[in-house]
Amino acid sequence: MAATEAMPDTGLRIRTSGVTFAVPSVAASGEDAIVIKDASLWYGQNQALYDIRMDIPDRQVTAFIGPSGCGKSTLLRCFNRMNDLIDNVRVTGQILVRGLDINAPSTDVIDVRRRVGMVFQKSNPLPKSIYENVVYGLRIAGIKDKATLDAACERSLRGAALWDEVKDRLHSSGLSLSGGQQQRLCIARAVAIEPEIILMDEPCSALDPIATLKIEELIFELKSQYTIVIVTHNLQQAARVSDRTAFFWLGKLIEYSPTADLFTNPKQKHTEDYITGRFG
Amino acid sequence: MGAIREIFRRGDPAIWLSGTGLGASILMIAGMIVLILGNGLGFFWPGQVARFTLEDGRVLMGEIVAREGIPAPGTDAHLVRSRLQIKLGNRDLSGADFTWIDEDAVARTEYPDSAVYVERREYGPFIGLPESLSDGDRTIASGADAVLAALPALVEKAAADRETIRRLEQYDIGGVNYRIEQARLRGRKLDLEASRTPGTDVAGARAAIEKELAALKAQYALFEGRLAQTVEEASRIRLTLRAADGEAKDLSTLDVFRAYPANRLSTSGRAAVYASRLWEFLSGDPRESNTEGGVFPAIFGTVLMVLIMSVVAVPFGVLAALYLREYARQGVLVRVVRIAVNNLAGVPSIVFGVFGLGFFVYFVGGTIDRLFYPELLPTPTFGTGGILWASLTLGLLTVPVVIVASEEALAAVPRSMREASLATGATKFQTILRVVLPAAAPGILTGLILAMARGAGEVAPLMITGVVKLAPDLPLDGFFPFLHLDRKFMHLGFHIYDVGFQSPNVEAAKPMVYATAVLLLVIVVLLNLTAIVVRNRLRKKYQTSAFS
Repeated sequence: MAATEAMPDTGLRIRTSGVTFAVPSVAASGEDAIVIKDASLWYGQNQALYDIRMDIPDRQVTAFIGPSGCGKSTLLRCFNRMNDLIDNVRVTGQILVRGLDINAPSTDVIDVRRRVGMVFQKSNPLPKSIYENVVYGLRIAGIKDKATLDAACERSLRGAALWDEVKDRLHSSGLSLSGGQQQRLCIARAVAIEPEIILMDEPCSALDPIATLKIEELIFELKSQYTIVIVTHNLQQAARVSDRTAFFWLGKLIEYSPTADLFTNPKQKHTEDYITGRFG
Repeated sequence: MGAIREIFRRGDPAIWLSGTGLGASILMIAGMIVLILGNGLGFFWPGQVARFTLEDGRVLMGEIVAREGIPAPGTDAHLVRSRLQIKLGNRDLSGADFTWIDEDAVARTEYPDSAVYVERREYGPFIGLPESLSDGDRTIASGADAVLAALPALVEKAAADRETIRRLEQYDIGGVNYRIEQARLRGRKLDLEASRTPGTDVAGARAAIEKELAALKAQYALFEGRLAQTVEEASRIRLTLRAADGEAKDLSTLDVFRAYPANRLSTSGRAAVYASRLWEFLSGDPRESNTEGGVFPAIFGTVLMVLIMSVVAVPFGVLAALYLREYARQGVLVRVVRIAVNNLAGVPSIVFGVFGLGFFVYFVGGTIDRLFYPELLPTPTFGTGGILWASLTLGLLTVPVVIVASEEALAAVPRSMREASLATGATKFQTILRVVLPAAAPGILTGLILAMARGAGEVAPLMITGVVKLAPDLPLDGFFPFLHLDRKFMHLGFHIYDVGFQSPNVEAAKPMVYATAVLLLVIVVLLNLTAIVVRNRLRKKYQTSAFS
């Protein structure tokens, strides 16, 4: 209640809670990578997500946009159960990753995280060498064979478009790289364990325009192999890189449609206000 | 009025106050260090030997130790005249080795050219004039110059002889003793078994042990004969000295540790004596109820104890901190535990000592003795104070420090690093092992440094759990199992207390107290420096950000 009072009244009234959006297929890509059925989430007593229903298609880039605190990052972190780290989080509804109910008691959270990689807002290389950063997930999984690790390292760094810049100094610290390189290193680390889905939580928010451009090009390339979900505050970025865009507001999914439609022809008044900069 | 208020508003008094506080603290610490260093390090410098002829005809010879005004409060004579403190040595002749004389009572002061300062096994130093050297009945040298020329080589030979004797005693006779004791214990074990299960035939084994014992005893007698012969040969050379009052003293060179002509030494010669004394202090065994000789056993005991303590306290502390910070659900219970741990760090150390005595020594040690060393009873093995129990007690004392520091270090590991690891499919345990602990290692080492500093300086709990004034053996030697954790040991902190406050010869012991204090400071600093260097290396290796 207090939250609504504190918000300036925009004169808008939302009635879309619980609305299901049909998923018009943009690219013919078969099944959906993630299916969300009536997911709600509480931090203690505060509800942060309200009955989210959406399907995220395979091998496409889906962008989550919305003002700060709208729940887009929270939802993203549900996909690899990163919210487990926070005390008193409760999730209801179902989230299916390729048919696997990831919140089911029988589901192994480690398995989920191997299938759903993540890149964070602030680049977070481990205090190890570039090489060790990339193969970290493999070592964790128990792979010891040097040739396998070497091959995975090169493949992942090439995949993250970082190989040419670091191939001569694989054993220097990951922290010696620039901000943009560090973020690509984190992408390489996520790619190395060959996940099916890569989650990106505002991956460019701390980067300059050049580094941002590189990451965006990379996202475009990765799309052919991975399903990518990206949270961004940058509407142009969402428009540039994503195939589909979802707009969240106050923990609710307001509109979800192909990116071109959403930006050129928003169906909800609210979405239009946000993308035209009238609030948010 | 306004100006003063303005000064207070700007906070100038805060700067003055904090600056004064810092300055006062530095001054106090610096003062203490200068006092200890000056008194401790000056102790080894050889002074000149003066001969005083007093007005009443007495003649005294010795080193001047101190000069002070004679107090006569309330009169005009207060602090006008001075008196001298003289180190006379020769305790066996005069009974006291220090004396005060009024400067006014001195008729003549001279520095006899040939005066020697002799450090010997018993009765403190001897200060006198050299007379002659003899080997049995034969005179080797007579007259001051001849004696002083021949003396250095003989003192060196004496040192070599003492080393031979020590080896004979420690390795040959000690080895035989050890084997005799082992055989005796086997015999006793046999008896115990026989009495427990009547009817077993132990006669054969018994006879074998008796035979072995007989052989060993023969060997023992052989070694003892050799020892007696060596001692006799070595003590044949005798040095005759004449004290200030003319009395002659005759001592065996075997008992002479160092002899130097105090008034003939050049500065470099003095420096050499200084270095040699310093080395003896660091590497030698104590003599004369700890007031002379070295403190090596105490250094060894202190360092070994701190190491064992660290080996015990760090793993336990880190594990406890890991559970508190990483696994336990943060709630009222964890908060209570945390407060309890913090309070534990403030419990007086003697309380830990009493607990250590009751629990470790009597309960744990007593149980071990009953179960594993029944043949030695009633002589306790682990059921009495020893280095293991002292170290464990100190470990208990320092574990809260390690827990608090480790917890803070763990809490300081950024969440983003944990997330990075978890998001690649690492379990919580893998994340802790590979990311969190390495990143927290510098902070944990800080805890270790604090714990070591506290542990090395603690004396009270050790006094009742295993420290002794004089330990016959080091806890580490050549006999199985090499590290004897049940042995009592010496400790620098206790050494300071013992020499300073329990010694019958206070004046002689005073410089030793300062020197030992310097050494204890140096050891604590060295242990800390090592840990700091390791920590900085780790910090460089695991720095969490390129900008920190």
